[in-house]
Amino acid sequence: MAITATAPAYAPVESYVGESGLWSWLTTVDHKRIGTLYLFTSLFFFVVGGLEAGMLRWQLAGPNKHVLSAELYNQMFTMHGTTMIFLAIMPLSAAFFNYIIPLQIGARDVAFPRLNAFSYWVFLFGALFMNFSWLIGAAPNGGWFGYAPLTTMQFSQGLNIDFWVIGLQILGVSSLAAAFNFITTIINMRAPGMNLMRMPMFTWNAFVVQFLLVLAFPVITIALVFLQFDRFFGTNFYTIAAGADPLLWQHLFWIFGHPEVYILILPAFGLTSEIIPTFSRKPIFGYPVMAYATMLIAFLGFGVWAHHMFAVGMGPIGDTVFGVTTLLIAIPTGVKIFNWIFTMWGGSLQFTTAMKFAIGLVGLFTIGGISGVMHASPPADLQQTDTYFIVAHFHYVLFGGSMMGIFGGIYYYYPKMTGRLMSESLGSWNFWLTFIGMNLTFFPMHFSGLMGMPRRIYTYDSGQGWDGFNLASSIGTIVLMIGVALFLHNFFRSFRRGAIAGNDPWGAATLEWSIPSPPPEYNFESIPRVTSRSPLWDVKTPTLSAEVPHTSGGDQRVNVSFAGSHVGHTDSAPLTSEPRQRAESGMHIELPTGKSARELGIPMPNPSIKPLLCAGSMVIMFSGLLFIHKDNLPLALAVIIGGALSMTFSLYAWVLTPLEDAH
Amino acid sequence: MAHAAAVHSAHDTHGHPPTSTGLDNKKIAIWAFIGSECMLFASLISTYLIYKGRSVVGPYPHDACLPPACSTPLKAILNIPVTSASTFVLLMSSLAMVLALAAVETKDQPKHTTGERILGSSKLWLWMTALLGVTFLGFQAFEFTSFVHEGLTIRTNLFGSSFFTLTGFHGAHVTAGVLWLLTLLAIDYRRGLGPKDALNVDLAALYWHFVDVVWIAIFTLVYLIK
Repeated sequence: MAITATAPAYAPVESYVGESGLWSWLTTVDHKRIGTLYLFTSLFFFVVGGLEAGMLRWQLAGPNKHVLSAELYNQMFTMHGTTMIFLAIMPLSAAFFNYIIPLQIGARDVAFPRLNAFSYWVFLFGALFMNFSWLIGAAPNGGWFGYAPLTTMQFSQGLNIDFWVIGLQILGVSSLAAAFNFITTIINMRAPGMNLMRMPMFTWNAFVVQFLLVLAFPVITIALVFLQFDRFFGTNFYTIAAGADPLLWQHLFWIFGHPEVYILILPAFGLTSEIIPTFSRKPIFGYPVMAYATMLIAFLGFGVWAHHMFAVGMGPIGDTVFGVTTLLIAIPTGVKIFNWIFTMWGGSLQFTTAMKFAIGLVGLFTIGGISGVMHASPPADLQQTDTYFIVAHFHYVLFGGSMMGIFGGIYYYYPKMTGRLMSESLGSWNFWLTFIGMNLTFFPMHFSGLMGMPRRIYTYDSGQGWDGFNLASSIGTIVLMIGVALFLHNFFRSFRRGAIAGNDPWGAATLEWSIPSPPPEYNFESIPRVTSRSPLWDVKTPTLSAEVPHTSGGDQRVNVSFAGSHVGHTDSAPLTSEPRQRAESGMHIELPTGKSARELGIPMPNPSIKPLLCAGSMVIMFSGLLFIHKDNLPLALAVIIGGALSMTFSLYAWVLTPLEDAH
Repeated sequence: MAHAAAVHSAHDTHGHPPTSTGLDNKKIAIWAFIGSECMLFASLISTYLIYKGRSVVGPYPHDACLPPACSTPLKAILNIPVTSASTFVLLMSSLAMVLALAAVETKDQPKHTTGERILGSSKLWLWMTALLGVTFLGFQAFEFTSFVHEGLTIRTNLFGSSFFTLTGFHGAHVTAGVLWLLTLLAIDYRRGLGPKDALNVDLAALYWHFVDVVWIAIFTLVYLIK
């Protein structure tokens, strides 16, 4: 039952978790279960991508080694990049979006639960499709950036690039469907009183990321459509002999590709912005500026793409414009770094594993950010581009940034997801080995890069001064792998053996910690009413949230009119509000009741297999294209048309079935 | 439909809490979708414009192709009068869509005159919208086949590749819209569309108008500007 403003009980009461069994997972539309599926799938692909990286480092550990052939090396680094970006970091972020956003905004699910399931299944099938290429020995080999015309039929025969082109389009559908869902969820399903400037920082970052996805993915979709048409239907988009612009792909790809960088890092920034205030026992420093900085990063992120292309010779004006806009991004990013530092400044810090990873992000991302500022300058970039210096840079921001933030996020939210804490002692080993291994792997690459070692070469001769740095990087990879193995051990072991967490093991400020762990299927038995940015601190530790703005007695519902007609309503603070009165706060803590939604009369969406069928049919439809290149047009058409019909049928069956029982 | 959410009280556990904006979730999602589609067509249109005038062989959109670039002389291929007619048809379909939505919204109001009954027939206006859409697609099929007869295919040159891909994507969107309208019509015949369905018709209408607006951009940038 909902109990207003009493102390939480850390009793090991099992909350209601619903059915288990395979069918319940295949048909689930619960955002928490879908988040869990995303988490497990993407951790699996993180391990796959890590093993691919291990192969690369084994090959490069010394000069002229023959662990991998040149062709296999190309496939390995292409799939390492593609896997880590599209199958590991993005879906790991999606796992947090799914699990945490509805809990943080006080909602019972996302806006479109079945569309959410569809996004996951499309992601899973797309990932399997892309990795199926390994089994037939034709993994993509054109780099994760797939530069055309290198990837056109003239230079890349075979199915390798086909798997990549089709696989990325499938994954794009998943990301776009999820983005529409989360934009709607965040705009429209916030608890009463949670206006935009009271949203938790993770939700803010996630919100901005959804807009990046919505605006960036169509561009790569079109670039891929052009490449697909060139490869399958003989169009000329990337045919230089027909007058095509050799830079068309690069422009389209990087108009997507640079916002993609922020798609990868902003969720980790969001997690860090939850962890640091909690373990500093202070509200985040400069909350509005953090929100604005996130928006500014996203906005500027669309205006810097050609800094990936300084070496192509755009001329002084293009180089200058893109150099300057790139330097500008350092400002909002620096604001975030300083705000995290000022949040910790004067706080009573608790160095939990989550906090160590968050601080690790602040430090390591800054190193990657600084090397990024270095190649924002075109003359410096001309020395650094296509060398291991760039590899060092983007691994500092992607591993040191995104992955550190995600590891921290997993340690932080694991108790909410499972009801149990991960081991802190193993966590400490996990953190330090990862931290040391990461630096040992990637820091020497700065030097090998500046000494001229190019990217994407499968081997090198000795005597160029690179041997020692490469060996150090490869040893670092082993340390890193041990660190990640410890993480996995801790992750799986703690399911049964972790300490019971209770509602709120960390003493955090946001709504997700006011409900049992793991949350019941309906999340909130009664929707809370929010009167500040730190709703849980208001009722548990009011001194911590004394500085943040409040409204007393909740907000007033105000009708909004436009041009004389009623368009909606919003929550507004009454003008007479006294910031420190919160006796009438509608915030409360919910204890486990073991009751199902049905018993409580809360309407929940029905499980449905149709999203899975629709996703599967769509992937079959796409995969039919492969048979065109096997010179089997009838089979190709049969698979494409069969998949399309099956998809249409399941889509209609899905849309015409009501989401939930009438009530 | 936007008003329906507001009648629930804020702490109603039996049912869904009101949405934060008072708007239906679907309304917000379709706008996000349209935003995404803007970037899709922006990429297609930009590519067409970048490749304008770069084809090394004919036929060309606005200029005749004379030897030696073309072995036989070819006239400018775009047929602006015919496309103006198809553009008019598509614009009229948006008008029909507006009337269809209005008819669904006012289904419950009594109709007294013949004019009111005609304006209030959602089936008539949905059929009209769909038929005008199909007519537009017919124009496009005619245009595509005549281009192929004049020697322009998707493989011929950059103009052919970018033109057919751009207008083909637009045609595919119109086709999807027609299927959506036919689905609404099927529901209308089965149980009748009324004011409670206005939101769902509104979503189709927003999509339809968006596809129409994209065509205005394509018609201007591809056909009218030389």
